[in-house]
Amino acid sequence: MSPIFYILAAVTLGGGLAAVLLRQLVHAALAATVAFAGLALLYLQLDAQFVGFAQVLVYIGAVAILIVFAILLTRGSEVPKDGVFSRTWAVGLVVAAAVFAVLGWAVLASLRALPLAEAAPAATVHEIGVALVGRYVLPLEIVGLLLTAATVGAVIVALHEKERPKQ
Amino acid sequence: MTTPLAGYLLVAALLFAIGLAGALVRRNAILVLIGIELMLNAANLNLIAFWRYGPHPERLTGMMFAIFSIAVAAAEAAVGLGLVIAIHRHTNTTDLDKMNRMKG
Repeated sequence: MSPIFYILAAVTLGGGLAAVLLRQLVHAALAATVAFAGLALLYLQLDAQFVGFAQVLVYIGAVAILIVFAILLTRGSEVPKDGVFSRTWAVGLVVAAAVFAVLGWAVLASLRALPLAEAAPAATVHEIGVALVGRYVLPLEIVGLLLTAATVGAVIVALHEKERPKQ
Repeated sequence: MTTPLAGYLLVAALLFAIGLAGALVRRNAILVLIGIELMLNAANLNLIAFWRYGPHPERLTGMMFAIFSIAVAAAEAAVGLGLVIAIHRHTNTTDLDKMNRMKG
């Protein structure tokens, strides 16, 4: 386990924790961006260059900007006076802790069955492209359709409603 | 002898738990969406880690799963934030505790 992994893990988890805890929504969005960047670096550390750069493009480039736009459009930058946490926050915390306990137990219990480190697999962009238009061409088409439908749907949902006469 | 895979899996589990806590604990709908994004990202980290250390990495199965997962997450973010903006326009709030009517 290299020290780089520990640094990247700390950056990612710290960003995630700050995103969940910070009161100011814009700060939370920036902290989430830090977490996304840390994940992209973890992907690079795992020899998945293409996914790492896709993560930078999609999450830091698109999703983070979209979140900031949504915050500004809904005037979410003002901190509400009656607290930012839900009334049932204790239940949520217990559920999250229980989920982490189960996942951590599953990982630690199967520690000996996990495969050891191997040589880095070569996954060039060329191979990924060939796989995308070969074996995975149907999922690729479906994802293209899904993205088109989602874009059109998001625009229609967020569009200004015309005032309709009341019947 | 521990494997690097266990470290990545534990980081992913912790990130998933943090995202779940954010989705369950916060009142603002946008923060809940950020929590969901963190959970999706934790799942992607698992997929990439298993692709890297599992058998047959040359078949690219885990990596393809992660790529499609990122695309679906982007669609989810667009539709989710569009819904939040539409609800804010309708009821003038993004507080989930105050959204208790399905009829506008």
